[in-house]
Amino acid sequence: MKLDSKIPAGPISDKWTDYKDHLKLVAPNNRPKIDIIVVGTGLAGASAAASLGEMGYNVKAFCFQDSPRRAHSIAAQGGINAAKNYQNDGDSTYRLFYDTIKGGDYRAREANVHRLAEVSANIIDQCVAQGVPFARDYGGMLDNRSFGGTQLQRTFYAAGQTGQQLLLGAYSALSRQIGLGRVKMFNRHEMLDLVKVDGKARGIIARNLVTGELERHSAHAVVIATGGYGNVYFLSTNAMGSNVTAGWKIHKKGALFANPCFVQIHPTCIPVHGVNQSKLTLMSESLRNSGRIWVPKRKEDAEAIRAGKLKPTQLSEDDRDYFLERRYPAFGNLVPRDVASRAAKERCDEGFGIEANDTNEGVYLDFSTEIQSKGKQAAYAKGNHNPTPDEITKLGKQWLEEKYGNLFAMYEKITDENPYETPMKIYPAVHYTMGGVWVDYNLQSTIPGCFVAGEANFSDHGANRLGASALMQGLADGYFVLPYTVSNYLADEIRTGKISTDLPEFAEAEKSVKDTIDKFLNNNGTKSVDHFHKRLGLIMWNKVGMARNEKGLTEAISEIAALKEEFYKDVYVPGSSDELNPELEKAMRVADFIDLGQLMAMDALQRNESCGGHFREEYQDSEGETLRDDENFSFVSAWEYMGYDISKEILNKEELKYEFIKIAARNYK
Amino acid sequence: MAKSSVLSSSIAKKVAMALSGLFLISFLALHFSINLTSVFSEEVFNSCSDFMGYNPLIQYVMQPVLAFGVVFHFVMGFVLELQNRAARPIAYAKNNGSANSSWASRNMIISGLVVLAFLGLHFYDFWFPEMNYKYVEALPQDPTRYYGELVHKFESPVRTGLYCLAFVLLFLHLWHGFNSSMQSVGFNNKFSRALHKLGYAYAVIVPFGFIFIALFHHFNQ
Amino acid sequence: MSSAKNININLKIWRQKNAQAKGSMETYKLDNVSTASSFLEMLDQLNEQLINDKKSPVAFDHDCREGICGMCSLYINGRAHGPETGTTTCQLHMRKFKDGDTIYIEPFRSKAFPVVKDLVVDRSSFDRIQQAGGFVSVNTSGRTIDANATPIPKHDADRAFEAAACIGCGACVATCKNGSAMLFVGAKVSQYALLPQGKVEATQRVLNMVRQMDEEGFGNCTNTGACEVECPKGISLENIARMNREYLAASLK
Repeated sequence: MKLDSKIPAGPISDKWTDYKDHLKLVAPNNRPKIDIIVVGTGLAGASAAASLGEMGYNVKAFCFQDSPRRAHSIAAQGGINAAKNYQNDGDSTYRLFYDTIKGGDYRAREANVHRLAEVSANIIDQCVAQGVPFARDYGGMLDNRSFGGTQLQRTFYAAGQTGQQLLLGAYSALSRQIGLGRVKMFNRHEMLDLVKVDGKARGIIARNLVTGELERHSAHAVVIATGGYGNVYFLSTNAMGSNVTAGWKIHKKGALFANPCFVQIHPTCIPVHGVNQSKLTLMSESLRNSGRIWVPKRKEDAEAIRAGKLKPTQLSEDDRDYFLERRYPAFGNLVPRDVASRAAKERCDEGFGIEANDTNEGVYLDFSTEIQSKGKQAAYAKGNHNPTPDEITKLGKQWLEEKYGNLFAMYEKITDENPYETPMKIYPAVHYTMGGVWVDYNLQSTIPGCFVAGEANFSDHGANRLGASALMQGLADGYFVLPYTVSNYLADEIRTGKISTDLPEFAEAEKSVKDTIDKFLNNNGTKSVDHFHKRLGLIMWNKVGMARNEKGLTEAISEIAALKEEFYKDVYVPGSSDELNPELEKAMRVADFIDLGQLMAMDALQRNESCGGHFREEYQDSEGETLRDDENFSFVSAWEYMGYDISKEILNKEELKYEFIKIAARNYK
Repeated sequence: MAKSSVLSSSIAKKVAMALSGLFLISFLALHFSINLTSVFSEEVFNSCSDFMGYNPLIQYVMQPVLAFGVVFHFVMGFVLELQNRAARPIAYAKNNGSANSSWASRNMIISGLVVLAFLGLHFYDFWFPEMNYKYVEALPQDPTRYYGELVHKFESPVRTGLYCLAFVLLFLHLWHGFNSSMQSVGFNNKFSRALHKLGYAYAVIVPFGFIFIALFHHFNQ
Repeated sequence: MSSAKNININLKIWRQKNAQAKGSMETYKLDNVSTASSFLEMLDQLNEQLINDKKSPVAFDHDCREGICGMCSLYINGRAHGPETGTTTCQLHMRKFKDGDTIYIEPFRSKAFPVVKDLVVDRSSFDRIQQAGGFVSVNTSGRTIDANATPIPKHDADRAFEAAACIGCGACVATCKNGSAMLFVGAKVSQYALLPQGKVEATQRVLNMVRQMDEEGFGNCTNTGACEVECPKGISLENIARMNREYLAASLK
């Protein structure tokens, strides 16, 4: 397949403006004649549905949760980046653009990323106008913090709940349109197939999760904004319901799937505690502003800690190895996520891990230095120039509580340990997926009329996403990109008229969904869906996780293919199709995860280089840093579905050209 | 939006409950201060009572307003209770209300009904004889009779006991009601904390003051 | 963690096939529950056991499992989100229970939250209240004024954030003896009332949201304060007082 990314010509900083100026429009009186389906109501979906509804299109929005406000964007903690330069530390659109490309290890499209950086400032303006209560300083101005991979402060935040506040902002805009009747909302509905008519996306088959009824919905364009696929690992920081199904269904209907192996493993999550664990919990990257990551310098100390014979607070400074500060002095604890995660894994693999679980995987995130320095500052600010050590500690803890109180409380609830007194134990966990459905500059997939936004697409983060950039991308896509590009597509649809759901294509799609459901319910296997999901997760984590190699990947591919056979033969799904049936929902999602897992391993195997979150053990330098191969792998891998056997998928390549940024080794030292 | 729907809204109802309650609270304070004089001075009590009994403004304006206030507060309280019960058609098999709220706040209908029942007794004891004296039999004004009537009523230990019990329930009603009414009218500022304390003090002093007066006369027979 | 141990528990769980069916409390026995598990992981374990016994698993709402999406609910041992204050059910851990405990698990009960199945309830009434006025009517063009053009006093911004921290789980309604939604609505009204951006539409917003709240069949607030205690995000009763003020001012206009 020939991939056309449709990147407009011209200087990078003018591309989007010029392009936008020449896009086709749909006149206001024609918009009510056009239907648009938006699947997913996270930041990208809710903002797209609200914007398109506001423009006057008939919008139908779908989410599987009981309310659009619960989409998993809500769980983002730390913040959202924007090139506002409010802190006067030299920020600019170009710098944000540059940091994002570099952070993505030179595997993202320049034009898309520059557009993202350009509109970032508008996002903050928009959100503030909507009543999003960002953190402010005492002068009433917006406050900022630092995130990994940058040397300035451009992250806007609302305590440790930035995603929540931004999503509630988008949800309020969406609610306004629902109230006005311009968006019709379908809660507890799951998209189970895309309907194509004459090659174009013309609707979806959705299942009402309460009644089990299969519904046909037609539209002139379909927007998929259903998030990432981290749950392919079973354990991740994603919500339990987060799934790849919508993305995978359109992949099966002809949309290419790009860079599936680019997965972000977030360095600061709470370590695994046991076999019944259902998910992993993130501790915001913002904590790396204040915390220092370390393990003991001596293995004996690590062993003693694991055995419960030694407390971390008993180890002196000299006995601690602040390995990020040691390896990356320029960025220290604020290196990008992939770098921090790998460094933690390296220490644990060497036997320095401090967590007393099966794998001993865990490192410390320590706030004692920050407590002292911030406590001292607070004492001085109060006019106390001779504070006692106790006063300093008390004030320092107060400072931490104000800044990260909710995160510390959450940590204590989960682990039963007080992080003000003893360092947090953390370990990397699957968090975000840079890969996703391949889209062009218009965010349109290879299926005309089918657009993909937010984490569900692959477009902006290359091989690694910088912290606080996911929220930025979601809202940029929904508020400021799709309204233009979708309209441009729809300008040719004003004469189409209402699309009938009685078309044979709808009947066919509905039948195939129904057959799948019936097959699962009548399978009479012996094992639960979770049983298979956990096994898939284990293969993925061990062989397609933080470090990959040819042998492991080859094994993973065949193991997953075998798991797929066993799954279809032996999965047991209780209940019926005409009721709320969470096991059935899970079964259909896991079926797609199994396919995707195999494709991820294939993608990782073909990419004979290390870049960003994709670390191939064969390709590293003497210090364990990633070795990129720009000559042979400066492309987006875009996979084409060829039927039931995933190993038959065809690899298409979109060459990445760097015209405006000089490609270089990524160095955070 | 039509004004009528604004007035029948849940917030309007709770404000109405609050305002009628605050009105009754102010009446109670007045009643209490007059009764208290009976402990110190028979003459002062008699003259105050006589004033209240014969002043036309009090008799023909304030008394009907008070009656309306009582009836309104009761009817509204009952209507709200029914509505609130309907808002949870199936009860919890296990509910641990004491974990998050006081008994007084959860049982205003019980304390209210007890106080209402007491009001019936009180009318039987004082208000009906008073009406009978003044309007049915039309006996002449006698500014010295009140103290004796009061003391006479507290002779019976049963009546005094019931009286005390009712005031314990009134204490519970006020313990929640006073501050609740402040919250309902939206009073929440830097004075709230002080007012909160005042509310609790009022809820203790007035009912137990009434009990003190009753016991004082009972044991001083 | 290292202090984790296994306990055996008895569960009494509300089972109801669908919205029309009549439900009842059923008893289950569950052994070897790790005290390091979350409450929902305990239910996962029960469901795995039920599925292996070819019995119908218990339906319950959950999603993020980190206390922010507001999807989980459950009335546990007579309290919304269980015995630990300031905590959603998904963040409640089994170390709060003892070996041999009997645990009651019921759905959030309110006329405005009809049961969908077992422990799953329909909270779309909250969405409709939001749709009635929980927004600022600004178009999504991004062409507004600069975000720093209107300074907002830190105190107001912080109060607005605290109100906006509501996760819309409905614990306030579930725990209120009157099934009142005043804390939820009060928090939303407050968030906007505290910010200059929300002031323009303040009058209509509070009138419309309260009207919708009443239409949904929620009870009346009697200020018991239970909602504030049980709110997993510690939303303050001040927000209800503020809404009352806003409403009074709006209805006098």
